[in-house]
Amino acid sequence: MGGARLSDALLAPLQYGFVRNGLVAATLAGALCGLVGTFVVLRGMSYVGHGLSHAIFGGFAASSLAGVNVLAGAGAWGVASALAINAVARRRVVGVDAAIGVVTTASFALGVVLFAASGRAGPNFEAALFGSILGVTGRDVAAVAAVLAVSTALLLAGYRPLLFTTFDPDVAEASGVRTRLVDGLLMGTLAVAILVAMRVMGVTLVAAALVTPPATARMITDSFNRMLLLACLLGAGSGAAGMLASYHLDVQSGPVIVLVSTGLFVVTYAATAPSRTLRRPPACADRSQRVARP
Amino acid sequence: MTSGGLLLHVAGVTFGYGRGPVLEDVTVTVRAGDFLGVVGPSGSGKTTLLLVGMGAVRPDAGAVHRRPGLRIGYVPQVDTVDWSFPVTVAECLLMARARVVSAPWGTRSERGRVNEVLERLGLAGLGNRHIRELSGGQQQRVFVARALVGDPDVVLLDEPTSGVDVKTRHDTLHLLADLNAGGLTVVLTTHDLNGMAAHLPRLVCLNRHVVAAGTPAEVLRPDVLERTYGAGLGVLDHGGMPVVVEQVGAPLRGWAGRG
Repeated sequence: MGGARLSDALLAPLQYGFVRNGLVAATLAGALCGLVGTFVVLRGMSYVGHGLSHAIFGGFAASSLAGVNVLAGAGAWGVASALAINAVARRRVVGVDAAIGVVTTASFALGVVLFAASGRAGPNFEAALFGSILGVTGRDVAAVAAVLAVSTALLLAGYRPLLFTTFDPDVAEASGVRTRLVDGLLMGTLAVAILVAMRVMGVTLVAAALVTPPATARMITDSFNRMLLLACLLGAGSGAAGMLASYHLDVQSGPVIVLVSTGLFVVTYAATAPSRTLRRPPACADRSQRVARP
Repeated sequence: MTSGGLLLHVAGVTFGYGRGPVLEDVTVTVRAGDFLGVVGPSGSGKTTLLLVGMGAVRPDAGAVHRRPGLRIGYVPQVDTVDWSFPVTVAECLLMARARVVSAPWGTRSERGRVNEVLERLGLAGLGNRHIRELSGGQQQRVFVARALVGDPDVVLLDEPTSGVDVKTRHDTLHLLADLNAGGLTVVLTTHDLNGMAAHLPRLVCLNRHVVAAGTPAEVLRPDVLERTYGAGLGVLDHGGMPVVVEQVGAPLRGWAGRG
């Protein structure tokens, strides 16, 4: 009886449409971030995801103030930023981390200034930064669902080139895989995923949704296929649980989702520690230490 | 294995990554059945020559001629591999066909080909193992297997014995010799003059440009090695096979007069 009452109380908010929207959007956004985030983590690009979410905030502010469709405006801004970062990374002239730091923080600062100067740094501003269950509309749910469907289709259509380029980019290119196209598509997908997940997670916390579930999945399995699937499930579960908890705790959804996800990471880390110490250390785990062409 | 028709001709190629040329007016010819080694110091352009040959980088000057329809397999240095990456041996081999098949799952014929290559290279039954769980020699063979899955006419190997123990080096040399005897053309780069290069039928000495080309007996000579490595190296004869040694009596810098 007690358990039934507890579950009734937990699920009671689902009678409200905005909660249902928030829950579905958070679940789908979690799965989407887990899917895209697997490649982000394995490529050692966590900082790119973090920076890109901040860069998109500039586009979000500019398009909201200009009265342009936010998804289209911030999306174009995000894709442009992603492609710019990718282009700089390929040139290998300036350090990638430095380029990301300069471009994305400048864009974030621009967003803050635009909101402040327009006098609209109120609840919308906070919702953009930390996510809000109240801010999720039916259109947002449809947008997340559409991006998840397209991303999954792209993944299935380009699975091996994506995997090859992620595992061994130089050899993939040498073997005739169009790595430039693969990288561009991945960065574009990442930008769009951040954009649609931003409404739920907020720009400052969406990076955690990209990184934490895949990192947790990596500790559980040595198989790429299973890691991909687990990351999606962990992301979706964290999104759903975090969104419901945020309603009951009456705090922003982004931080609660991140805390749920981090809790799973900590539990998994503790549970897998013994088997991890038995594994042979990798010969070259740090992608940044890879040998450059002479 | 006698040399056959022309497979690959790198003709007067010059190439650089933006800070001066890595290759200058380099000409190398690869014929069917060749077993060719490229030797030279670090930064001499050995890896770049392989990449130019397979078309991964475009020369700034000169031309690369490949036999129409030529299939090239490439084996990277194993110390550039991310061994923590979550991938099994079979998944690794299927990557070789990424240009042909994009889907995650292998077709029946692909799985058959993967098993056939694994068996041929003594890796049968290891398809579901994570790549980190293999011995050094098995790890090297996995990447040779990946190149073979594409059924290449020529396989290019970048430092196949770099950082491996003597047993693995010996096994790798014999594996490549067997593959070459079976008709596969092999081109490799190596730092190992005695353990690898001296055993190959033909060598190219490279230091941005081709210093010399020929049999080990023809090119492993003090004057050629001096021009290739910029260091005094001696060559001894060991039953008809050249053995490269440090110049006898040359004091180490900073040690002269001590003692």
